[in-house]
Amino acid sequence: MKAKFLIPLAAFGVLVAFLAVGLTRDPHEIPSPLVSKAAPAFKVPQLVAADKAFSPADLKGQVWMLNVWASWCVACRVEHPLLVELGRSKIVPLIGLDYKDKREDALKTLAQQGNPYDLSAVDTDGRIGIEYGVYGVPETFIIDKNGIIRHKQIGPVTAEALEKTILPLIAKLKNS
Amino acid sequence: MIAELGHFALILALCVAALLGTLPLLGAHYHRREWVVLARPAAQVFFLLVAASFVALAWSFYVNDFSVTYVAEHSNSLLPTMYRLAAVWGGHEGSLLLWIFMLAGWTVAVAQLSHTLDETMVARVLGVLGLVATGLLLFVLLTSNPFGRMLPAAENGRDLNPLLQDPGLVFHPPMLYMGYVGFSVAFAFAIAALLSGRLDAAWARWSRPWTTTAWIFLTLGIGLGSWWAYYELGWGGWWFWDPVENASFMPWLIGTALIHSLAVTEKRGSFKSWTVLLAIGAFSLSLLGTFLVRSGVLTSVHAFATDPRRGIFILVLLALVIGSSLTLYAWRAPKVALGGSFALLSRETMLLIGNVLLVVAAGSVLLGTLYPLIVDALSLGKISVGPPYFNTVFVPLMAPVLFLMAAAPLARWKHADVKQMARGLWIAAVLAVGAAIAIPLAMGGWTVLTGLGTMLAIWVGTSMGLQIAKRLKSGIPPLSFWGMQLGHLGIAVFVVGVTLVGGFQEEKDVRMEPGDTVLVGGHEFKFMGVTQVQGPNYSAARGQFEVTQGGRRSSTLYPEKRNYVSSSMPMTEAAIDAGLTRDVYVSLGEPLEGQAWAVRVYFKPFVDWIWGGCLLMALGGLCAVSDRRYRLRMRAPAAALQGATT
Repeated sequence: MKAKFLIPLAAFGVLVAFLAVGLTRDPHEIPSPLVSKAAPAFKVPQLVAADKAFSPADLKGQVWMLNVWASWCVACRVEHPLLVELGRSKIVPLIGLDYKDKREDALKTLAQQGNPYDLSAVDTDGRIGIEYGVYGVPETFIIDKNGIIRHKQIGPVTAEALEKTILPLIAKLKNS
Repeated sequence: MIAELGHFALILALCVAALLGTLPLLGAHYHRREWVVLARPAAQVFFLLVAASFVALAWSFYVNDFSVTYVAEHSNSLLPTMYRLAAVWGGHEGSLLLWIFMLAGWTVAVAQLSHTLDETMVARVLGVLGLVATGLLLFVLLTSNPFGRMLPAAENGRDLNPLLQDPGLVFHPPMLYMGYVGFSVAFAFAIAALLSGRLDAAWARWSRPWTTTAWIFLTLGIGLGSWWAYYELGWGGWWFWDPVENASFMPWLIGTALIHSLAVTEKRGSFKSWTVLLAIGAFSLSLLGTFLVRSGVLTSVHAFATDPRRGIFILVLLALVIGSSLTLYAWRAPKVALGGSFALLSRETMLLIGNVLLVVAAGSVLLGTLYPLIVDALSLGKISVGPPYFNTVFVPLMAPVLFLMAAAPLARWKHADVKQMARGLWIAAVLAVGAAIAIPLAMGGWTVLTGLGTMLAIWVGTSMGLQIAKRLKSGIPPLSFWGMQLGHLGIAVFVVGVTLVGGFQEEKDVRMEPGDTVLVGGHEFKFMGVTQVQGPNYSAARGQFEVTQGGRRSSTLYPEKRNYVSSSMPMTEAAIDAGLTRDVYVSLGEPLEGQAWAVRVYFKPFVDWIWGGCLLMALGGLCAVSDRRYRLRMRAPAAALQGATT
């Protein structure tokens, strides 16, 4: 057996090794470039109390959570019960960002499924979503006392993510 | 009941495939004729069982049997019948069943059309195909069964992804899979030849029409996919270097190399072990493509559901099939006799260089596709590789291929005569350089890429004319000659399209209110407003645009923004006025305040030449496989086999 005829086999072996490792990774998990940057500022009307406005500056000095949701978003329904529970616990101010939605639809959803949010900001045209690098709903951001984004959860908040990542991080940020 | 029958037929198909994959191969090795003759009937039964299973799934879709989970997930009672049938391959499970159905089709085709080939060879080829089928059937039955029930049944289905509700998608996957899977035949021939040690001209001659046929389907499949992306995604692009596109493009590049290498092996007896390696490579890349698409290791616009068990299963299958063939190659290929020698400047050398360039191009596409995965596996971070990499690497590799493509057919085998070649080619060279300067300037601006593209297209085109003129002097050439010319012409036409649309397209993103006009590429688009329309399973906002050119009305375009009832997914349906020298293309963006809309307008010169080129290539392939000598061979096989010298 001449060595050069083994080259294709060897190259293929390396390829398989990489593919095997690749299977254990999640390509959808993209670290956000916004993590450890200041949360972009905005000022928009609130969903329920439409005459009031909300701006991230209102929560300066507090650790808070921004959850991007929409009435048309199916995956949001998965995380909704968890959020309701979290909202009830009052651990952290939970702000919703109602993304590209109609007001009446959004209110109906909250009436049907419970409103976990201290308040929801309205992002009708998705402009705020662009600034926050939202490319799918739901997404959740944790913002610290200085208004810096500390974590971004892509996709629904799961019980596991809440327990292992989100709550410990909030506790840590609150104490710092 | 029908679904259970389909499931049962699939299990039986696995048993028959396992039989087909063992006994005939053992029989060929131990000279047991009674095992060898099993191959053909087993292949036929295998095909019938898989076909029954496929029809059962299609039937479940046709009658809206929403107790079948796969049907409930990919169809809906409002879905038009044509899309209900296309929905059979609209998801993971069904598209794998389609894959196996195609494999069964190719297997039975080999069984039916190989009556002139000697029995042991047929047994080996069909046996290898049986082994591949066994692996894939195990994959489907163990991890991706499309016949699973859910009880109680869903009232209605979740509907097919609106992106896929399009005539292009009815034909795109079957074409693509025909091509992908078709390379399994060339692969099986190569493995059979390695097993028997008979790597001769007869083997190459037998492989050629099968390889070319698979290549035709793959060309059409890729072309259709690109055309579909162009008009359906509403982004105006025709190729995105998406991992899933690359997965189909890599086997095409290797397949193209294989077609040319097989020609040398048949005519000159050279490049044997290289040809075998390419045959293994083309099918390996088809399998790798299936793995990449189906395992979810890469992100892509073609998002498919992922399940870790599936990824591991396919990887093991991949390792077994490709690993064992490459081991066999390493063991047997060194014993292959060398073919005829050739001079440095000869048609062989040119074909070899072209071949190597195609393989390197495929390798660079593979590297770009897998690079994010490799970097992630080494824990170096998350990155994505986009069109800038592919365009930078790909163009310089393809330019010399095009250069050689025009020159090689004029070179003689064994030893080319430079003076004689130059006598013809200098005309082509002058015309090409002239066109490279004149055409881009006439169209509105010279850049390196437009210059290079036009030069290569004209170079290939004129050289073709020379070849045809030269060949006609010695009588009417056979169909395979016209096949080659048409294939090469297809490439030239394709290059014209790519170059001109890349260099001179115009696009505008504008906010338009009814009555507004916008000027793009010499065409004036007047927005007449939006009306609501109702489709079978969607409602849509339909815009109306009056297009005028130089004061003359040229067309009215109706782009739509659709909202599909069951998935509430918004979809952009672009409106295109296609033409030989240009497309104008309008797609509706988002509604803005009042009656205003965000509108995207494109002017795309010569864009249809891209797909026209693909069609010509496929047509060339068709001419090549219909050549008389393949049919003659059917009648006089013994002579062909005995004519083998090595």
